[in-house]
Amino acid sequence: MAKTIERRDVVIVGGGPAGLAAAISAHEAGQTDILVLERDTQLGGILNQCIHNGFGLHTFKEELTGPEYAARYIERAAELGIEYRLGTMVIDISPERLVTAVSSADGITQVEAGAIVLAMGCRERPRGALATPGYRPAGVYSAGTAQRLVNIEGQMPGREVVILGSGDIGLIMARRMTLEGAHVACVAEIMPYSGGLKRNIVQCLDDFGIPLLLSHTVTRVEGRDRVEAVWIAEVDERMQPIAGTEVRYPCDTLMLSVGLLPENELSRDAGVQISPVTRGPVVDQSLQTSVRGVFACGNVLHVHDLVDYVSEEAAAAGANAARFVAQAQAETEADRGIPVVAEGGVRYTVPSFVSPQLMDDRLTVRFRVANVYRDHFVSVYLDDERIQHRKKRVMAPGEMESVVLRRADLLAREGLQRITVKLEEE
Amino acid sequence: MARETRELTCINCPLGCPLTVVLEDGEVISVTGNTCPRGESYGRKEVTNPTRIVTSSVPVDGSASERMVSVKTASDIPKDMIFDVVRALKDVRATAPVAIGDVVLADVCGTGVDIVATKGA
Repeated sequence: MAKTIERRDVVIVGGGPAGLAAAISAHEAGQTDILVLERDTQLGGILNQCIHNGFGLHTFKEELTGPEYAARYIERAAELGIEYRLGTMVIDISPERLVTAVSSADGITQVEAGAIVLAMGCRERPRGALATPGYRPAGVYSAGTAQRLVNIEGQMPGREVVILGSGDIGLIMARRMTLEGAHVACVAEIMPYSGGLKRNIVQCLDDFGIPLLLSHTVTRVEGRDRVEAVWIAEVDERMQPIAGTEVRYPCDTLMLSVGLLPENELSRDAGVQISPVTRGPVVDQSLQTSVRGVFACGNVLHVHDLVDYVSEEAAAAGANAARFVAQAQAETEADRGIPVVAEGGVRYTVPSFVSPQLMDDRLTVRFRVANVYRDHFVSVYLDDERIQHRKKRVMAPGEMESVVLRRADLLAREGLQRITVKLEEE
Repeated sequence: MARETRELTCINCPLGCPLTVVLEDGEVISVTGNTCPRGESYGRKEVTNPTRIVTSSVPVDGSASERMVSVKTASDIPKDMIFDVVRALKDVRATAPVAIGDVVLADVCGTGVDIVATKGA
């Protein structure tokens, strides 16, 4: 067991984009006793392997690559003297905010935290989650694993590639593999629309003539030791393969880009309530989870498509964690606030509770829609009264949306029971 | 007069308007299918002078932490030169220490654009 228990004001679990932005913001909010725990050998998280450009357009008004975007935050954290430990994996968080970590340098260590920011990110949905029959030959990779092999290790996973799923990482890897001399036969997507950004479809697939097969899925993987071919079939409205549409693609590599799952094992240990929709913690206006003093941000909270929004959200979580430490025990918050309800095409909202007394003047509520909607309105209701009604030309599940709530609007309504965010045709 | 029609997808927003650009002797005479002015300027640029940033990674020697260092073209290069740029990078190696912005390969393929590091090593 650990020899001594340290005591730190703010402990941040994860040193990726969310953890770094949270740490910097907590520091800028006046809490300087911060510790970032990162299991990898360097800070920056997944950005280190995202060597393509397109990051930071909102934050820095310029297009950076992933490592460059990370470096901006790593440099800022260094300027502020924020302490971090690499190669250190958190293995447990207790509801009393006792953080237990392991590292080969220090063995088991324990830190008692004034506040905790969960910033563990997400991981890829694995093949096992997909019911693809067949043997388990080499040559099946998640797109992110392949990305790490090519960009960080300098290894090519294969030469003839089929990609299942049109998530952004899969699209990015279609281009990357092509540039490295591989042939990408196609990207198959079971849904009738792509889960990736439009920009990536054009610049990663269209630029290189790689076909995107919508409403198609892999039905069979051939090969015992190594992938030899995959079979792809068209699917009907119920996503069932249509007999007679199967086509065989000879290949040595199948890449999966079939979704990301927030990594919340630690959150569950801490007793944090998890949303069945986002698979991330249920949070209030301060991004605080159901466990007092435990905050969440970035992809562990809900999967984002733009890192800029991760940084923005994480900065809020970090500042709120700092504020919690400052006010700490003074404030006893039994009431979780007013529920924010997602309806009519809105799958979820983050946060899902709001306390008007405790919120900032303006609060960004992020959400995703369930389908592709054209010419629909995003509406916000305070109880039965509609206070926002904004037309959007198009909304898609692959692109996160948001509305802004004003504190004054909420405070003006005494006895407010619920805030509803929904899509309406008119 | 040589008339040419090009079909594109606008990338400015999730709407993804299908654009039809008509050129006559290399001059854009119309952009249709767009629903906003950004679509028109994208359509014009994309058929007359399409450019891209190219990113890749190259092996690095003498670094304690990294096997590869990520790189990019310091600015846009013509889209039809993407593969030339990638081929030019095939045998390039960097030597540590490398800092973000260091030139790894100057004036790639005569474009006047340098290949610069995007990560330290």
